[in-house]
Amino acid sequence: MPKNDVELVKYLQKAIAEEAKGLPKMVFMEVCGTHTMAIYKNALQQLLPNNIKLISGPGCPVCVTPMNYIDELVAIGKTGAIITTFGDMLRVPGSRISLQQAAAQGVDVRIVYSPLEALEIAEVYADKAVVFAGIGFETTAPLVAVAIVKAKQKALKNFFVLTAHKTMPSALTTLLRDNKTINGLLCPGHVAVVTGSDYFHFVSKELGLAAVIAGFEAHDIMQSILMLVKQCKAGITKLENQYSRMVTAEGNTKAMSLMNEVFEPSDGLWRGLGNIKNGSLVIRAKFKAYDAKEKFTVFTGSVQEDENCLCGQILKGLARPADCKLFGDMCTPEHPIGACMVSSEGSCAAHYRYGR
Amino acid sequence: MCLAIAAKIIELNGENAKADFGGIVRDISLMLMPDLKVGDAVLVHAGFAIQKISVDAAMEIQNLRKEMNMDAEK
Ligand code: SF4
Repeated sequence: MPKNDVELVKYLQKAIAEEAKGLPKMVFMEVCGTHTMAIYKNALQQLLPNNIKLISGPGCPVCVTPMNYIDELVAIGKTGAIITTFGDMLRVPGSRISLQQAAAQGVDVRIVYSPLEALEIAEVYADKAVVFAGIGFETTAPLVAVAIVKAKQKALKNFFVLTAHKTMPSALTTLLRDNKTINGLLCPGHVAVVTGSDYFHFVSKELGLAAVIAGFEAHDIMQSILMLVKQCKAGITKLENQYSRMVTAEGNTKAMSLMNEVFEPSDGLWRGLGNIKNGSLVIRAKFKAYDAKEKFTVFTGSVQEDENCLCGQILKGLARPADCKLFGDMCTPEHPIGACMVSSEGSCAAHYRYGR
Repeated sequence: MCLAIAAKIIELNGENAKADFGGIVRDISLMLMPDLKVGDAVLVHAGFAIQKISVDAAMEIQNLRKEMNMDAEK
């Protein structure tokens, strides 16, 4: 942190302590995996008074991607297709092997920085099928939509996307509608950059929770917590935008309309949480020529999660990583058993790395 | 994974631009943010400009300090 920032964080720490004095226990959920990382890395929980607890939510896309999605990618790769993916997915274990292990067995797996790179690979290897692993929330889905639209413009016949994209509102609503333990949400800043802050009004209006769209620096998160505490103290719930240097009310409308042109909402599995109504994005019929599910018929079967894994509870904010008896012994970032350990942004992985 | 990084546009090139990420220059796509100019600060996610940055981080910290009356206290 720059010097400024340390001083500012200390100042905010004092302000939070003052504001929270005498208030009952408050539990705030940080929805986004990038926030989880920043909170652990800067040890922010330790700066808060005892009556404020932070818990991690479902906002790590790699974590909530079902295991059989990896199995499907591996199976498609074994037919000779080139698999292109963001680096985050490489080491995530499927029910049998990860993409990295598949690569060692001869599957052509390539890490790309942008979905457009996958498109370039498809243009170069015109005689091969190139499949992009489309994961991520509203921040990422529009970029993949662009790649699909471009593939259509260029009339590419060998570019496909296997989508596991997910959207926030229905998952948060499903998770938090009946939750009586959580008082407020730190809403995901970079999702809001694309969706606009208005997209998150449901958190206060429908779920009745305090809501602040938060940036990712330590002082951003501390200031957002202060804003949540103030709402609790005043007994109000509304949506506030701490990250206004990046987040506008309407967001990136071009990105949102492209996302909606290419994808449509559908029910789908969130790892650790189960089926969520309208919580996933699938490719619309108009673009089905680019849907890997249409091109490849791979049946990988359903996958059983370890019954001792508490991820479902953790992602709902009902348990903590340390409550899991597999944590740290059986389950580590090198050998993850459950969803929250598979990505560095998962709460079990962050707790393993920084929390102990 | 929803990581986004600030960069500055240094050269426009149709749908793409060269952007400076604190010394490292990369090509980014402007498909989701078509009306950018050289010198604009942008937020980049996975190779795409996704938003224009109106206030830079240093400015923001200054504003916040002012708002909290931090400097007045000393
Ligand atoms: S430690 Fe591993 S097994 Fe336990 S809840 Fe976390 S991810 Fe699941």
